[in-house]
Amino acid sequence: MDMPDTTTAADPSHSGILDGDYDDAADYYNPGEPLVDTKAPDGPVADRWQNRKFEARLVNPANRRKLSIIIVGTGLAGASAAATLGEAGYNVKSFCYQDSPRRAHSIAAQGGINAAKNYKEDGDSVHRLFYDTVKGGDYRSRESNVYRLAEVSTNIIDQCVAQGVPFAREYGGLLDNRSFGGVQVSRTFYARGQTGQQLLIGAYQALERQIAAGTVSMFTRHEMLELITIEGKARGIIARDMVTGEIQTHLADVVVLASGGYGNVFYLSTNAMGCNVTAAWRAHRKGAYMANPCYTQIHPTCIPVSGSHQSKLTLMSESLRNDGRIWVPKNQADCEKDPREIAEEDRDYYLERIYPSFGNLVPRDIASRAAKNVCDEGRGVGPEVEGVRRGVYLDFGDAIERLGRDAVANKYGNLFDMYARITGEDPYAVPMRIYPAVHYVMGGLWVDYDLQSTIPGLFVTGEANFSDHGANRLGASALMQGLADGYFVLPHTIRDYLADGPFETIAEDHPAVVEARTSVEERIQHFLTVSGTRSVDSYHRELGNIMWEYCGMERSEDGLKKAIDLIRTLRDDFYRNVKVLGSAESLNQSLEKAGRVADFIELGELMCIDALNRRESCGGHFRAESQTEDGEALRHDDEFAYVSAWEWTGLDERPVLHKEDLTYTAIEMKQRSYK
Amino acid sequence: MNLTLKIWRQSGPTSDGAMHTYQLADVSPDMSFLEMLDVLNEQLNEKGEEPIAFDSDCREGICGQCGLMINGDAHGPEVTTTCQLHMRSFTDGETITIEPWRSDAFPVLRDLVVDRGAFDRIIQAGGFVSVNTGSAPEAHSVPVPKDDADRAFNVATCIGCGACVAACPNGSASLFMGAKVTHLGLLPQGQPERDERVVNMVAQHDHEGFGGCTNIGACTAACPKEIPLDVISQLNKDLRTAIKHGH
Ligand SMILES: Cc1cc2nc3c(=O)[nH]c(=O)nc-3n(C[C@H](O)[C@H](O)[C@H](O)COP(=O)(O)OP(=O)(O)OC[C@H]3O[C@@H](n4cnc5c(N)ncnc54)[C@H](O)[C@@H]3O)c2cc1C
Ligand code: SF4
Ligand code: FES
Repeated sequence: MDMPDTTTAADPSHSGILDGDYDDAADYYNPGEPLVDTKAPDGPVADRWQNRKFEARLVNPANRRKLSIIIVGTGLAGASAAATLGEAGYNVKSFCYQDSPRRAHSIAAQGGINAAKNYKEDGDSVHRLFYDTVKGGDYRSRESNVYRLAEVSTNIIDQCVAQGVPFAREYGGLLDNRSFGGVQVSRTFYARGQTGQQLLIGAYQALERQIAAGTVSMFTRHEMLELITIEGKARGIIARDMVTGEIQTHLADVVVLASGGYGNVFYLSTNAMGCNVTAAWRAHRKGAYMANPCYTQIHPTCIPVSGSHQSKLTLMSESLRNDGRIWVPKNQADCEKDPREIAEEDRDYYLERIYPSFGNLVPRDIASRAAKNVCDEGRGVGPEVEGVRRGVYLDFGDAIERLGRDAVANKYGNLFDMYARITGEDPYAVPMRIYPAVHYVMGGLWVDYDLQSTIPGLFVTGEANFSDHGANRLGASALMQGLADGYFVLPHTIRDYLADGPFETIAEDHPAVVEARTSVEERIQHFLTVSGTRSVDSYHRELGNIMWEYCGMERSEDGLKKAIDLIRTLRDDFYRNVKVLGSAESLNQSLEKAGRVADFIELGELMCIDALNRRESCGGHFRAESQTEDGEALRHDDEFAYVSAWEWTGLDERPVLHKEDLTYTAIEMKQRSYK
Repeated sequence: MNLTLKIWRQSGPTSDGAMHTYQLADVSPDMSFLEMLDVLNEQLNEKGEEPIAFDSDCREGICGQCGLMINGDAHGPEVTTTCQLHMRSFTDGETITIEPWRSDAFPVLRDLVVDRGAFDRIIQAGGFVSVNTGSAPEAHSVPVPKDDADRAFNVATCIGCGACVAACPNGSASLFMGAKVTHLGLLPQGQPERDERVVNMVAQHDHEGFGGCTNIGACTAACPKEIPLDVISQLNKDLRTAIKHGH
């Protein structure tokens, strides 16, 4: 890969030494006023949601039809909200970029959904789910939100079952549960390896029912390209009809973004091809703060890259680590060999060696980082892509010997088949190869307890917001959050905002509307007239390489500063040299991608600045400057127990950092240890 | 591998289309079919020719957004989605014909992209359980026999890709519809609306211009999720029952 070499950008005369506190990011941002969540009621954490629901004003059913709501996104978070608000009688417009709302990326979730039903009588409770989630997030999430999430989790299961979601059941006809992601209770509900699909189809059907009832209008193959704000309030969006190219203005009383995560900033990820940050980023540029953008989750068990043509990565369930043993050759010279010919004593079962008590079951971030380290040392296996072998063995040889081939096939058969189809190798005979991949982003738009962003009238739900998972997310909790937000939280909190209605009617020729529309049209024209030499994909891939290398699972001050320079250079080049063919007035997939990549580039820079500011190792990421003597993650609660909420101030201007301090009243902060 | 690709190109919904021939060299057998098209598109872009439009999103075989007729087969030679098909299923020197789904109810929008909105409208007609948020009873209040739940799940795995329609000489969507009717019909939650559901969905299906089913079975052979043909028998049975009940 060719990376431009630049070393400018930050002014070296600012050494960043402030009163003895060293802040290596100080050259890149300006400090701002602290931020407080004004909506979370005081009092015991267990009472807060009940109190807030009671305090949130009601809207008279007769007035609801006159109140309009735009919802961008039809994943679990968006479809559930659109259906519920439609049922309540509001006038809803729903948008997605796919050809059907049922195709949102939530469909791909495999493992399951958590809920504190305690059907197993194994000591689970709302409080325990709350506790596990806060701890799993490494004490970087907001206590009141997480408690509410755990509290409403049980209603989700009831709702989904009533919709006809075919969850796995036991012989007695009751719902089955499994334990997931290293927790000690069985609270995960699942539908074979396709839980996301079944939950989304449930929400999709509820949404289609409202479309038929006329409460929701659906706009498929429509991409939101700008947020309309009037007098500081969100009042609509500019969207492009992706088939005709028409630029449309949609006005409403309130806007909800349920537009998913931005893992594709890394180019390769387990996200769907179209997942993007555009909706959230456009809102950020209009005043919505972006919180903890650097918090990314990297999943250790994905199928490795097979060549430079690779377009996306496929996740395999983490359950494979229950029986598979992870290793690489001790000697670099063996890396090209057939693994079956490498003698036992020449294999390095590195997780078992370094973490004797947890072995292959260490948390996701530790497993991922260890795999990257052994590959960086030159001991990776599999095909060499751009000069490095990025893969480690996940070996079922022992398991097959111990349990028999049939038992292994029973447990993991569908995963083995998937692996065989993608790689063309037989995992019963040859060890699988795995490598970590970007999977989920905990960061997102900042929201208060009501899920409202810093722009009044703009609400954010699902993976697009930052609120519940802190610096790391527990397995099976994203589905829970999406549906909690959409079915049970937003419909209550949004009514408090809508109770101020009816709102002033906005004309399509209002200067702010015209300005938003014109900016979209100009941007599109720009992409189509640059007539450069490089494809959009080539920029996206280069950005991904920078992000993975410097803002992936391990970050350092030097690396992040270098990345910021590289990204700024890439951005300049992109605007001068990108090549987008075709017209604005028809289906044009290169044009769609150009807009998304432009926003990813800007986001990438902010992620690096955020990572630079957070000089601690915490949750899913490791900061080289913050480790214990034996190389383990070291968190700094004294300095960093805050949410970083970033305010946009303009291109090439320093963003402003607003800190929201995190305080825990119902839980005590602890450092984790897996040795 | 070196390949000759014959690909349908059509600039818009109302324009005439035609097959175009492209040569593609150095295709790796480890590429997915869509990655092969990505490589071709990069080369076209390089040459100043507009890339070929085709749909995909998850590229994991679950969202149902992809779908191409490959050498006359919906999703190509394997029992899987187009995005999960790999180039090792083809041979060096082969000529591959690539077309969009062909069906009156799925109009072509551009090149290989079609409009499957008709499927959503069939679901709107009745493919749901009417239960407002918050009104659900406790999940364990209604046990469901495991066998029914498993069978419901098996047919609920339909991804709405439309291959069944594309493969059917009559352009029928009976497999898609049968999968939904069977899924909800196997569960207690689906019973109250069972009659109306099937009647309304079938009416919408016919209204959209999908053809009738004559039990050919091409749909199930093309279905990447292996939805069995007996969902269509169930569909017909439910329809007869509903009519008997006076619908
Ligand atoms: C492979 C995989 C497996 C996973 N497994 C699990 C699991 O087992 N358990 C779990 O809890 N979580 C899992 N997750 C995470 C979880 O699936 C997601 O976090 C969650 O589904 C996100 O839901 P969402 O509704 O916020 O967004 P999404 O489902 O991503 O939906 C986003 C929506 O926004 C729309 N959209 C986006 N941008 C625009 C725009 N500009 N204009 C118009 N529309 C737009 C899209 O069309 C789509 O409808 C998994 C994730 C992956 C990638
Ligand atoms: S029945 Fe099969 S072929 Fe038809 S839409 Fe569903 S998954 Fe696709
Ligand atoms: S792209 Fe999702 S099923 Fe093929």
